[in-house]
Amino acid sequence: MEPEAAKLLGAGLAAIGCGLASIGVGNVFAKFLEGALRNPGAADAQQGRLFIGFAGAELLGLLAFVVAALLIFQ
Amino acid sequence: MAAEPAKVDPMHQFTIEPLFGSANWELAGYNIAFTNSALWMAISALVLWVFMLGGMRRQLVPGRWQMAVESFTGFIEDMLAANVGPAGRKYVPYIFTLFMFILFANMLGLLPLGVVGVHAFTFTSHFTVTGVLAVLSFAIVLIVGFARHGLHFFSLFLPHGTPWWMAPIIAPIELISFMVRPFSLGLRLFVAMMAGHVLLEVLSSFVISGGNAGIGYGIFIGIPSLALMVGICALEILVAGIQAYVFALLTSLYINDAENLH
Repeated sequence: MEPEAAKLLGAGLAAIGCGLASIGVGNVFAKFLEGALRNPGAADAQQGRLFIGFAGAELLGLLAFVVAALLIFQ
Repeated sequence: MAAEPAKVDPMHQFTIEPLFGSANWELAGYNIAFTNSALWMAISALVLWVFMLGGMRRQLVPGRWQMAVESFTGFIEDMLAANVGPAGRKYVPYIFTLFMFILFANMLGLLPLGVVGVHAFTFTSHFTVTGVLAVLSFAIVLIVGFARHGLHFFSLFLPHGTPWWMAPIIAPIELISFMVRPFSLGLRLFVAMMAGHVLLEVLSSFVISGGNAGIGYGIFIGIPSLALMVGICALEILVAGIQAYVFALLTSLYINDAENLH
């Protein structure tokens, strides 16, 4: 296989990471909502933690984008 | 010869170019041209300044504008009080500046000014800019940590209650997770903004190419792409807010580590 083709294939495969991160981000908000509906009184105080979890899950997906960008543009 | 199909280069929007013939300005051997990036930084600082000036009239019964500014300051103050505690009050100016600057930059970059020929430039989509902001936050964490706790600050790398035989494993992991913070902080903002703008550009190229390819393509590709673009624009506004919030939130968490250890 030509190196150029392999690079582009790798970049495409990196997009799988974005999909997996979407599962993670969905999980974060789903679990938060689940807990928040059971105990609405405690929900507002936990919003900071919600976004920490969101930031962690999202960063790993964004890294997939970085990998793809590196493969294409380097 | 058939006309070349018009190509939209999704990366072109991130080109930095010198403005006002300043391409050759130099200072000590370095080029200090006034670029479009610098221009939009100045614009967002100016807009932020006007926004704050309008809201700082200190009326007893606040008007709408003052209410808007006060809700932002109150929001940051609450965030620091919740995450850092009483020691967090002195960081309100820094976190507030950071949050508002990033928020205004993200929002200004999304303005559809291209319609009137002005091309808004999102400088937060460049790692140099977000990296400097992240290093600034990281430097504050280091300075505060070492000034308050001295060498005791290194106990950050060994959480309380770690069994002694786990220490050789835990300490390097904690060290790496600490050192990687500025990168993750800058990378998150930069990639989120850049990915969103590339996505919008790619969708717009679908609309243009679809429209050029014929009426059928225009209806079945162009119109759905345009509808998706409107939706993605709304998502981008959300992302602009969330990324500014996450940057400020994580900075305040790191400051909490420096202030109170853990």
